[in-house]
Amino acid sequence: MRAEWRQWVLLPVAAVIVGLVAGAILILISGDNPLTAYGGMAEGAFGSSDAMSRTLEKATPLILGGLAVAFAFKAGLFNIGGQGQLLLGAAFAAWIGFDLNLPMVVHLPLALVIGGLAGAALGAVAGLLKATRGTHEVISTIMLNFVAANLTDWLVSRDGPWKDPESGAVARSPQVLDSAALPRLGFLPVGFLVAVAVAAAVWWIVNRSVLGFEISTVGHNAKAATYAGISVVRITVVAMLISAFLAGLGGAIQTQGVNGRFEPGFNSGLGFDGITIALLARTNALAVVPAALLIGAMDAGSTLMQSRTDVPPEIISVIQGFILFLVAAPSVVRWLLRLREDIGGTKIDLASGWGAS
Amino acid sequence: MTTTSTSVETGAETTARRRQALVRNRNGIVLGVMVVVLSVVAYQWDGVQTTAVTARTVREASPLILAALCGLIGERSGVVNIGIEGQMLLGAYSGFMAASYSGSLLVGVVAAVAASALAGLFLGWAAVALRMDQIIAGTVINIVGAGVTSFFYVAGRTMPRFPQWSVPGLSDLPLVGRTLFAHGPLTYVAALMVLVVHIALFHTRWGLRTRAVGEHPGAADTVGVRIERLRYVNLTLAGSLAGMAGLALIQSAGAFDRGMTAGRGFIALAVMIFGRWRPTGVLGAALLFGLFNAVQAQLQFKQALDIPPQFFGMIPFLLTIAVLAVAGVKARPPAAAGRPYDPE
Repeated sequence: MRAEWRQWVLLPVAAVIVGLVAGAILILISGDNPLTAYGGMAEGAFGSSDAMSRTLEKATPLILGGLAVAFAFKAGLFNIGGQGQLLLGAAFAAWIGFDLNLPMVVHLPLALVIGGLAGAALGAVAGLLKATRGTHEVISTIMLNFVAANLTDWLVSRDGPWKDPESGAVARSPQVLDSAALPRLGFLPVGFLVAVAVAAAVWWIVNRSVLGFEISTVGHNAKAATYAGISVVRITVVAMLISAFLAGLGGAIQTQGVNGRFEPGFNSGLGFDGITIALLARTNALAVVPAALLIGAMDAGSTLMQSRTDVPPEIISVIQGFILFLVAAPSVVRWLLRLREDIGGTKIDLASGWGAS
Repeated sequence: MTTTSTSVETGAETTARRRQALVRNRNGIVLGVMVVVLSVVAYQWDGVQTTAVTARTVREASPLILAALCGLIGERSGVVNIGIEGQMLLGAYSGFMAASYSGSLLVGVVAAVAASALAGLFLGWAAVALRMDQIIAGTVINIVGAGVTSFFYVAGRTMPRFPQWSVPGLSDLPLVGRTLFAHGPLTYVAALMVLVVHIALFHTRWGLRTRAVGEHPGAADTVGVRIERLRYVNLTLAGSLAGMAGLALIQSAGAFDRGMTAGRGFIALAVMIFGRWRPTGVLGAALLFGLFNAVQAQLQFKQALDIPPQFFGMIPFLLTIAVLAVAGVKARPPAAAGRPYDPE
């Protein structure tokens, strides 16, 4: 039990603290006071009920982005294409949201599901290429990120079909109808509850279902899985599909619950945060929720931090990079904290060859 | 112990090997000849536009060549480097800022090479000493590279421009002159590096050891090659190539911009795979990618086709996927790429 506790809490907490210290050093170099900066960040994230809702809202797509990466990890796949899948999901959900006129019980779920499916379609391309042509998913999903960014830009651009006719030169879709928008209950955004429910569902699929067992078997040893009669091709495609569905759903919730429409610049960077979150959570679906809340809080607080100290919000991605490194390198944390015993770490084995194996 | 296979073969064997190489590369050779013939034909038809395209092909290929060679040296030594994008950004940023504050291009070049080499050393530390998953280590470099260069980005700075080096006499030749002999220094460096890496990899003791460590580290270990030290050295050297790739971007753009690599660090990996982990193959593959980009840019510039710019923007990325899907099947990466070496 003690060892378990150390692995789940000590390493992530230590990684976050060291990451924040490293960020503080950079803030000092750029000539600002890190305490004022972090104080602003904390107040902007937790200081009022408004700030709390903002944190929950920011955390919502991050939960789904983290789940997407964590789920693919289980099959030994690195879905680095969360960003593109999320963009497609956000754009398609907006389309359903503004273009159809349906009662809310149908409209809202339909918009979310179509968003998820749009993301899944993009992930399926990468899954099929991996399974049939041996194309490494890291490269294909990154390339598809750029394709999706261009495609969604075009959809709401001057010549695109989903452009808001009233927005003039601004590239964006029309506002989604109220029947497709995710409401808020007090300070609690409903989208957050959806994301937590999805996290629980993903945990169940991974740990309790036959599919989850097959996926982990393929992830641990594809050869052994083949001997056991599991189709590696099928599992690779299905895992990529579900992973990308989660990212697309994250984009849809972003549209229906936060932005209210699709506007390309409003979704940037969300997909990559999923990598840090998944590893911080040691790829456990339930642990993704607190990990996403942490990163979401940093995001939510960055605006107030910037207005108080001129520290640009990019500091967050630098801190995240450090956190990612430390979670993946427990020996460094152990050395920094002068710990003797093993504190575990997220065992990931992705770096297999590029070609057909 | 350190002789390469070439030094002990007979003349007949050499001829046979060369013939084999021709057969193996016949597709590339046929394609190259076709492109050259087409360019000459197009030059008769419209000299100005053709030269614009061919010169741009070479210019666009330069950063890809340098970045792909960075990936190539890493994988040949058994380490997958997915952090080239971040290394290029760090190199371009450091080079730009150093040149901007000092007013000297040379200082900029040194800073760029040093910053990327340092990032390469970090990858070596993570992959060798920490035995971190190499894909994660590369992702860390990408995230931190993009983050740090955006965080410390200062808008509106300028730096001295890279000069254009025209080779006297040769640069006045029709078509060939502006295509090959009128470029900034880093384009020539890219070409030179293809030659240097090729000779170093296939005709020196270092190259033999590097290839051994990438294919079968256990065997290399038993004959006394210090695997971990070699990987450190090679990743640092390879990192400096990524810095030059970043400088090649600055050479074209004139200044640093956030995220200016725009995916080239990843496209370079496709170039490396398409070039079958050989410097000469990298040269050919990078020129092919450069050609597509140049044709695309020229069509867009001339508004020859009524297609939205976003669709043009997708082309290099779709092309990369297509190339990997077609060429990747037969690809055989260095056997030990991606795995930490475990002596037990």
